[in-house]
Amino acid sequence: MSTVLKSNAQEARTASLGGSAAASRGMGQRLRRLNIPGGLGGWLWLAIIILPVYYVVITSLKTQAGYFGQNPLALPTEPTLENYQLVLEADFAQYFMNSAIVTLGSVIPTVLISFMASFAIVRGGGRFLKLVNGMFLMGLAIPLQATIIPIYLMIIRLNLYDSLLALMLPSIAFAIPLTVLILSNFIRDVPNELFESMRLDGCSEWQTMWRLALPLTRPAIVTVAIYNGLHVWNGFLLPLVLTQSPGLRVLPLGLWTFQGEFSVNIPAVLASVVLSTLPILVLYVIGRRQLLAGLTAGFSK
Amino acid sequence: MSNAVSTAPKAAVRGTDSQHTEQRKAALAWLTIPALFFFLVFAVIPLAGVLILSFTSWDGIGAIGAAGLDNWFSVLADPGLYNALGLTFLIMIVSWLVQTPISLLLGVFTAGSQRYRAALAVLYFLPLLLSSAAVAIAFKALLDPNFGLATGLGLPFLAQDWLGVPQLALGLVIFVIAWQFVPFHTLIYQGGVRQIPKSLYEAAQIDGAGTIKQFFHITLPQLKYTIITSSTLMVVGSLTYFDLIFVLTGGGPGNSTRILALDMYLRGFRANLMGPASVIAVILVIIGLALALFLQRLGGKDKQGSQLEGL
Repeated sequence: MSTVLKSNAQEARTASLGGSAAASRGMGQRLRRLNIPGGLGGWLWLAIIILPVYYVVITSLKTQAGYFGQNPLALPTEPTLENYQLVLEADFAQYFMNSAIVTLGSVIPTVLISFMASFAIVRGGGRFLKLVNGMFLMGLAIPLQATIIPIYLMIIRLNLYDSLLALMLPSIAFAIPLTVLILSNFIRDVPNELFESMRLDGCSEWQTMWRLALPLTRPAIVTVAIYNGLHVWNGFLLPLVLTQSPGLRVLPLGLWTFQGEFSVNIPAVLASVVLSTLPILVLYVIGRRQLLAGLTAGFSK
Repeated sequence: MSNAVSTAPKAAVRGTDSQHTEQRKAALAWLTIPALFFFLVFAVIPLAGVLILSFTSWDGIGAIGAAGLDNWFSVLADPGLYNALGLTFLIMIVSWLVQTPISLLLGVFTAGSQRYRAALAVLYFLPLLLSSAAVAIAFKALLDPNFGLATGLGLPFLAQDWLGVPQLALGLVIFVIAWQFVPFHTLIYQGGVRQIPKSLYEAAQIDGAGTIKQFFHITLPQLKYTIITSSTLMVVGSLTYFDLIFVLTGGGPGNSTRILALDMYLRGFRANLMGPASVIAVILVIIGLALALFLQRLGGKDKQGSQLEGL
């Protein structure tokens, strides 16, 4: 434990430990001594995270012969993209489209209706809204996966079994509690004077919601959208239970079946893993700052 | 309320004004209707449904028949339930013990201002992006005794039959869960650390408290609510580690990693016993609620206010 404790001392700007500030200003020697244990732990964890990722990526570029012949952690001697070709021929483009449809079709409605509910919960009053808020809070504590059997029954009765819509409807419901919690925390932070001045300008609550609350909570909205998006994109249980046609597979389910069919061709299986993660990785590279900053703020309130 | 002390004309104005506000506030309730609709139909009704289904017999396709308390008796008499319960709590507790210190320390570490820490943090969060299915498949390949990490690193002790020996499989499951979820909790702690008022550290510095003392007397107590938030998500979330275990071990070898959520799925959708599976689901819900209420108690009620105590 003390490893990171010591490194803690270096956090002059954020944690503002007076002594460490002095240390970094004056004694370079002390600074280096304190940095080592924390840094060591940090690099160790990096190795734990990166090693599997590295292995997956390089193996996906190996030929079968390379996989069996080479050191598993060595770079491929004859890098090949044929594994990726194999994966693409196995309908991964279709799975990708399905995942994209389900994700957008879940996240957009979730964020929209949760934002409206959060605005009402923060700005409104009365027993009804308190009750609604309490219900959503309770939803946080319930492992909603436990409701999969009745959801399966309902989806069958609604004639939605084996459709992408079947995946969206429960996804929206499951995402509402946390989304409302985070968004209402942010709306609560909007200074009351701003709401007052909107009111004095003669704006209705409806206008206030879209013209004031929405722009001011945009970072939070982006955050919950990304967070929910990740959840739906990576979701496995709902597609496993609620769909059955190969044409309706989403990426995680496609991965799983592909792994079952190609279990002897590990490079191809790992290529499917890389390919299914690539879109998210691109988004992460683009929106990293927003995502990390937003998640930190959203959950630490 | 202020009407009582105000003069008459003012009181009249305020009266209509506050009445107006009341009306505006009440009218806002309509905005919750869409969210409420979805939540009621696809979360609350299924929640009631699962309780009802636990008293029926259904094979997932045919007609649903009443079964009284039969499912409950048969499941409660089944040693498989207690195996699953024990495993669920074991994985929950060990995961918490493993993940909390690592996430906390990494959170403190990444909250630092050094450039290289920010760069490390970007890589730390990579597992957040992967689906459980992808993680499970990757680790299966990685742990191949001949063509995986053991050979690659030249560490023979890694060449075990990880998925064939019960204890090893259980340990592996806990490790992979930590690998996948520590990043998320690190992020939560990072945010928590950044919100600690600097003045507290300055004051401690003046009092002559060292780094370790500061950690235990300032950082840790100030992170109390962050710890509770993270623990709640971790503990309740552990009830739903379904996908990872399903793809990684399928509950095996034998039943050695068959946690409650997996038990529910296998009973319901593999053995076509929806009634008994619903009993397991009800047990899951009860455990989730009980744990959340317990953790909430630990946290006390007035979150926002008490966080700034002592300032």
